[in-house]
Amino acid sequence: MDLASAKMIGAGLACIALVGAGIGIGNVFSALINSVARNPASQGLVQPFAFLGFALAEATGLFGLAIAFLILFVF
Amino acid sequence: MAIELQPLEQFTIERLVPLHIGRLDVSFTNSALLMTIAVVLITALLVLGTRKAALVPGRWQSVTEMAYEFVANMVDTNAGHGARDFFPFVFTLFMFILFSNLLGLVPYSFTITSHIIVTFALAAVVFIGVTIVGIVRHGFHFLRLFVPEGVPVALLVLLVPIELLSYFIRPFTLSIRLFANMLAGHTMLAIFGGFAASVGLFAIFPLGINVLLVGLELLVAVLQAYVFAILTCLYLRDALHLH
Repeated sequence: MDLASAKMIGAGLACIALVGAGIGIGNVFSALINSVARNPASQGLVQPFAFLGFALAEATGLFGLAIAFLILFVF
Repeated sequence: MAIELQPLEQFTIERLVPLHIGRLDVSFTNSALLMTIAVVLITALLVLGTRKAALVPGRWQSVTEMAYEFVANMVDTNAGHGARDFFPFVFTLFMFILFSNLLGLVPYSFTITSHIIVTFALAAVVFIGVTIVGIVRHGFHFLRLFVPEGVPVALLVLLVPIELLSYFIRPFTLSIRLFANMLAGHTMLAIFGGFAASVGLFAIFPLGINVLLVGLELLVAVLQAYVFAILTCLYLRDALHLH
């Protein structure tokens, strides 16, 4: 197997990390919707945490994407 | 067969004004130019915005006051009491990262924070600064941070290394989070732009995706600045109050 093919396969495998990002972001916003639906007055308190949680969950997935780009374009 | 490096060419550093001090290369690069522009814009917003200092603020003064209050509330809520002294630091961090991220979205511009060395410098300053604050404030007791209360001794052998690891990984996650978000966003914009350039009439589809991506990138630019600042506040709270 030559290097270019191996890079493609490696980059594709690294993108599997984004599954975790998707599930995590879905969890965060599902919790936000649930809590605001139960208690609409809490929206102002809970929303900043929702955005913080979204960014942190997305960042973990993007670590995997950054590895994919590194494999494809740097090595 | 070499992989096309096209999407990553947007991140190359170009020397705009080559300068050398002895053997040290201190050229004025495109990165330095964007940093200067960011600082000039932030200073202009703050200085010119509060020039009239009216009690009922006009438009620019409102923007300046909103930025100030936003970060001030964030510091007060998240860093606990006694953290007011660190407000200028967090404010500078937030505004610099926000303006750098947003300036990178201007076409033909350059994103400062898409280089790991820049984000790592910011994260290292935060980490070392917060650790020094903790050590100066608490002395040897600072090590209590790694020993949670009410834990049986047998579990401590496992817990303390994990706590230490998660503490020392902070500068890396802080920097890589911002770097990866900026890198991934701009690389995707370049990739879909490449598709649009090579497909002729069907270019409307990658172009449409690019429009949506720019919207997402705007959200990510603001959000990542907010996350960097709020994590700085949380780390400060850990160092000041040890829990």
